[in-house]
Amino acid sequence: MNIVVCLKQVPGTTQVKINPETNNLIRDGIKNIINPLDTYAIEEAVRLRERFGGGVTAVSMGPPQTESALREAISLGVDEGILLSDPAFAGADTWATSRTLAAAVRRLAQTDLVICGRQTLDGDTGHVGPQLAQMLDLPFIAYVSSIEDVAEGQMHVRRLVEDGYEIVASPLPAVITVVKEINTPRLPSLRGIARSRSATIPVWGVKELNVDPKGVGMSGSFTRVVRIYAPERACRGEILQGTPENQVDCLIDRLKKNGLI
Amino acid sequence: MEYFFTEEQKTIKSLARKIAEEKVLPVRAELDEKGEFPRAIIQDLAGADMFRVFVPVEYEGLGGGCLELCLVVEELSRICGGVATTYAVNALGSYTLIEYGTEAQKRKYLPDIAAGKKLTAFAISEATAGSDASNIKTTADRVEGGYVLNGTKQFITNAGEAELYTVVALTDRTRGARGASTILVEKGTPGFTFGKKEKKMGIRTSATGELIFRNCLVPEENLIGKPGLGFIQAMRLFDRSRPGIGAQAVGIAQGALEVAVDYAQQRVQFGQPIISLPVVQDMLAEMATQVEAARALVYAAARTVDSGARRITEESAMAKVFASDVAMKVTTDAVQICGGTGYMKDFPVEKMMRDAKITQIYEGANQILRNAIAVELRKRKARTE
Amino acid sequence: MSDKSCRGVWVFAEQRRGRIKNVAYELLAKGRELADALHTELSAVCFGHKIDDIDRLIARGANKVYLADSPELADNQEDLLTGQLVELVQQHRPEIVLAGATALGRAFIPRVAAAVKTGLSADCLDLDVDAEKQLLLQTKPTFGGNIMAVITCPEARPQMATVRPHVFSQREPEGQRKGEIIKVDFRRERFTARTKLIEFIEEVTETVKMEEAEVIVAGGRGLQKAENFEMLRELASVMGAAVGATRAVVDEGWIGYPHQIGQTGKTVCPRLYIAVGISGALQHLVGMQTSDCIVAINDDPHAPIFEVATYGIVGDLFQVVPLLTEKLKKR
Repeated sequence: MNIVVCLKQVPGTTQVKINPETNNLIRDGIKNIINPLDTYAIEEAVRLRERFGGGVTAVSMGPPQTESALREAISLGVDEGILLSDPAFAGADTWATSRTLAAAVRRLAQTDLVICGRQTLDGDTGHVGPQLAQMLDLPFIAYVSSIEDVAEGQMHVRRLVEDGYEIVASPLPAVITVVKEINTPRLPSLRGIARSRSATIPVWGVKELNVDPKGVGMSGSFTRVVRIYAPERACRGEILQGTPENQVDCLIDRLKKNGLI
Repeated sequence: MEYFFTEEQKTIKSLARKIAEEKVLPVRAELDEKGEFPRAIIQDLAGADMFRVFVPVEYEGLGGGCLELCLVVEELSRICGGVATTYAVNALGSYTLIEYGTEAQKRKYLPDIAAGKKLTAFAISEATAGSDASNIKTTADRVEGGYVLNGTKQFITNAGEAELYTVVALTDRTRGARGASTILVEKGTPGFTFGKKEKKMGIRTSATGELIFRNCLVPEENLIGKPGLGFIQAMRLFDRSRPGIGAQAVGIAQGALEVAVDYAQQRVQFGQPIISLPVVQDMLAEMATQVEAARALVYAAARTVDSGARRITEESAMAKVFASDVAMKVTTDAVQICGGTGYMKDFPVEKMMRDAKITQIYEGANQILRNAIAVELRKRKARTE
Repeated sequence: MSDKSCRGVWVFAEQRRGRIKNVAYELLAKGRELADALHTELSAVCFGHKIDDIDRLIARGANKVYLADSPELADNQEDLLTGQLVELVQQHRPEIVLAGATALGRAFIPRVAAAVKTGLSADCLDLDVDAEKQLLLQTKPTFGGNIMAVITCPEARPQMATVRPHVFSQREPEGQRKGEIIKVDFRRERFTARTKLIEFIEEVTETVKMEEAEVIVAGGRGLQKAENFEMLRELASVMGAAVGATRAVVDEGWIGYPHQIGQTGKTVCPRLYIAVGISGALQHLVGMQTSDCIVAINDDPHAPIFEVATYGIVGDLFQVVPLLTEKLKKR
């Protein structure tokens, strides 16, 4: 199976702050990591290769430092990594990002499966998987929690829904997003790390992908962020005092008064 | 302190630390409490290629030396001495094969050892033979096509869990110390069973038990090295592996030091964190200095082993003796600094003190090693006269 | 599509097994507000088979309902839903399309946006209108809820957004409201369905469903171990409440994922939410902070949960919870 994993490099924490002067996010001093949910996508791709043979390619769109995320993916078992980087790609919303990734997938030979993580910890949208599928005109399944079987160009998976799970069949090639219930990502191995150090990571830009620069990046984005702010947490209520006995009595009294019990 | 590690050494060290912090830390207390073998962690170490560190490249290893092994052991020990023992013993159980084995033997066993598929153990100790290792009674009588083993080995690490056992037994009862040979016995060989599993003071996740041989027939191709050289091979083996025990001691001490420093910064008494008190500062400074001195000595001994030097007995003994004594002192002091809390099982430092003790005892009790150092000093004086 | 002549606010009304989901009514309430501010009509769009209560969509504020009824649509096959919604949008050109950020919504709405070539914001916590510029202002959480972003889609149309259940409140139904139900001519042969539902397995371990519960008792790390959830289950059973949990304890395996509340779990808005041994990390708050009344029980007086709690008890939960259970039993 030829598998493509789309991954994103994100800040290594959600505890980000806003610079009050520029009103932009403070990114200095924050280590970059592979988006945690993408590590499950990487692990699943590597497991599928171990089961069915073939190859795994990791693709990521980002500034030049994103290369380290692709090398890390190689240390985790991915065969090769490709960096999509170009000034024209900057400022992309999920639509423009999906467009760029779609162009890369088209350039790769004969992909059987594209795997994305469920959502990123910075944007939290979960859009790239489905939009990529739509742009590549491929079947799409979200929230895959287990790949049960792959045989004769067909895939059977389990996917999570609110009140349980569904067994879904799909022809290949297809695009899926995976949830963390699907596996436990492995640790890097020493040989993997050695490979990741010596690997060549090709960089594809506007030219290599043959895309119109106006259709990607900020100029290709439909949405705009007009404002960001840190939500305020105002002190709301009453701290009940006294012994546990007192506190509980007080609480029951309050709840009764509010008609809640 | 700057130890001038290569890129590969830094990678090995940082990956070992990652495994220790992510996989061992969450379960170390439970493994210690239950005395349960760290099977899942062994699999994680195998998957990360950690067992390849001490196997030569020709046999699917990464060809690391004593220093590389020490780096892994130190990082694992910083989190749990028991897990470190379980891992390190595999190097001990493999070295005889690597040094003295035939090509056929190495091809047969080393790839599986490198992949972490088969664990190993080294068996010399018996009820009558601890420090006096030559006082073993287990025999391996030559018969048609092999050897028949009879006897009981005591206090063997990885007993029951390992697949491959490097056993030192008497092939010639008449020649005393020169009558022992090293034989590889596979788990499941008829006549080879395991006795009781020991309940220990520390390194409780490590499996320790008896090996019982009753007319156990082993094929002749399982003899490793030359007959009669069992002890010499074993002594050389220990010279090479002792810095690893030193590394274990350094790791345990380091872990305890970190806990003590954290605690001293947070614990407020008499209106200030206790780290502000000169008496505590004095203790911590001494602890930190001792740990660093032990570390430097261990790395120097490991590098000496790796340099291919012929005489390494003194250096490796020094590293082990010094580091293990430091570990015992530092962990005891760490419990003291953490006070009542340090004494409680809910807090990690009492385990470290219990774990540290064994490093002064096994792979050459410190008293015996001091003797050995003294012997080397005398030899050296004699040589120059 | 990019044309200021697009008019109308649409709400995709998700149905499951013939019943319209509550999130549709919540979105109609908000949609009505937006439509009124823009002086335009509100329409509901519903695909399925033999759906009950279509009229309710009108009672809840819709001027029109576009209904595609076919046995092929009963299972919410996503290729068919995507294709049909895209067709309708291209035909009728609404200016805004809203949908619930449910498992289905998050899977197929982005595909619709991609096919129509327009912008989409996911998981919005608030929607507003700049009537002058005819722009939808979409507020959504990023970085796990630590940063809020306000997004617009200035040029492309329709402006699309998904919203989590329980973020907006439903309106009172107005039985006399009149509206039009427009039958959509669903032609199966126009679309290709590639994925196929083989089986659905329901997995609900607790008796009261969290999303519908009026009272939820939730536990976090302060419970210390899985066995202590028993204490919460007892309290929950006395109160007729559902049991919830933070991501931390679900990750530990103390309770199943269906009980997880927060950024990567469920959003709930019960009348009463009792947070036991929960510190109040933002990723969790995002999932429950709109609850009517929040009670927090925690031994750390500085825990962030107290900043959103209506009533806070700083104390040992292992004493407080059993006491509370006991006293409530006696009443």
